[in-house]
Amino acid sequence: MANEKIRFEGVTKRFGALTVLDKLDLSINDGEVVTIIGPSGSGKTTVLRCLMTLESIEDGLIRIDGEPLNKMESEGRLVPASNAHLRRMRLKLGMVFQSFNLFPHLTVLQNCVEPPIFALGVTRDEARSRAQELLDMVGMGDKQAHYPAQLSGGQQQRVAIARTLAMQPEILVFDEPTSALDPETIEEVTSVIRSLAVKHSYTMLMVTHQIAFAHDISDRICFFDKGRIVEQGPPAAVIDAPTEARTQQFLRKVAQAR
Amino acid sequence: MDWRWDFTFETVLPRILPGLWVTVEVTFLSFALSLVLGLFLMIARRSTIRPLSVAAGEFIEFMRGMPLVVVIFFLFFLLPEIGIFLAPFWTGVLAMGIYNAAPVAEILRGGLQAVPKGQWEAAHVLNYSTYRTWRQVILPQAVKPVVPGLGNLLILAFKETPLLSFVAVPEMLDAARRIASETYRFTEPLTVVGILFLILSLFSAVLIRLVERHLLTETRHGK
Repeated sequence: MANEKIRFEGVTKRFGALTVLDKLDLSINDGEVVTIIGPSGSGKTTVLRCLMTLESIEDGLIRIDGEPLNKMESEGRLVPASNAHLRRMRLKLGMVFQSFNLFPHLTVLQNCVEPPIFALGVTRDEARSRAQELLDMVGMGDKQAHYPAQLSGGQQQRVAIARTLAMQPEILVFDEPTSALDPETIEEVTSVIRSLAVKHSYTMLMVTHQIAFAHDISDRICFFDKGRIVEQGPPAAVIDAPTEARTQQFLRKVAQAR
Repeated sequence: MDWRWDFTFETVLPRILPGLWVTVEVTFLSFALSLVLGLFLMIARRSTIRPLSVAAGEFIEFMRGMPLVVVIFFLFFLLPEIGIFLAPFWTGVLAMGIYNAAPVAEILRGGLQAVPKGQWEAAHVLNYSTYRTWRQVILPQAVKPVVPGLGNLLILAFKETPLLSFVAVPEMLDAARRIASETYRFTEPLTVVGILFLILSLFSAVLIRLVERHLLTETRHGK
């Protein structure tokens, strides 16, 4: 078996009385592309947010490369992670948001140059040449001097992907990367993500409603409902021939909506 | 009504102009103090340490419900009681600085709330330190929406300075009243004070407009 990259062990997340993740177990291998699908409110995005330490978790453990993320080892015991530990662990993680979250007061180039300078400590020249490379790769090389507000949603999302890659993460997390986009610009973003999945060795965890896209690029699909994984397996199984009634029902609804 | 130009130019203006300088000094010094105190108040108010945020909130409410004159008198007569002796000028700076810290805190809080949550989250996942998050991401975006509000407050502060004449800070109104009580002529001194205040207000309004325009052209973007 390939190396395990990410592991959720009995992860439970509650918002007040609402249990969003219910003892989630999920293991993702190095280089694997895993997509989570499921109805709204099923806890899909919360999985990503817990991994990114944007949410604390009530119970359970997340491991990256075998090392605890939300806890840390101290004198042989697991204690709550310090900020320093979280920052060190987060270096391996990169996230692309549904709403892009580019820095509006910075140009496209600055958006990709500043994070590695301030958070990784690379030199400005180094950050700049790498940012230019990445912007060329996502097809935004000619828009470096623009501000985010001057770009379409699809363009902003491609810049956001370049910014994430500029931090040289090992794991890429995509939270509904095309949900805020006009239908015409979805393709330009999915093609970038597709090339990342195919040509590069990133471990990828994605939440999307683009079932066909998920089918295309994923090694594994997890169908989520009510904070649990109802069904998981290769796209050919989960999407084309789901065995669980809940999965069948969801996919039927999605197909009707199109 | 007789208006005497020679009196205006030979007696009134020379004695009021130093007061103009005091007015400008008190306003800017107290405003600078308000900005610093207001920033700390706002941070305290947002703090997760409950007693701190409650205390800051109560202080803001308290100052809101208090006339400035009361604060001025309070400091003027109370500080010596506890052994702190300040010149009236500095008592005035202190009183106005503390008084306006509350609205400054509220304006800053508004500016901060205008920054979308996604910006904090982006800084978080990009591994920015707390300092870098504030310095590089949040403050640059929070500054623009607070400039009009702070500018407004600065003009209000100018207009509040005559209250300091009650505790003998030698600002414009104080000078005017002294002239009036010596010469029994009220028209010229008070008119001159009014005109000078008008000029000050217009001047600062233009200044604020320039700052706003500068911020706007510097970052040509919507949200």
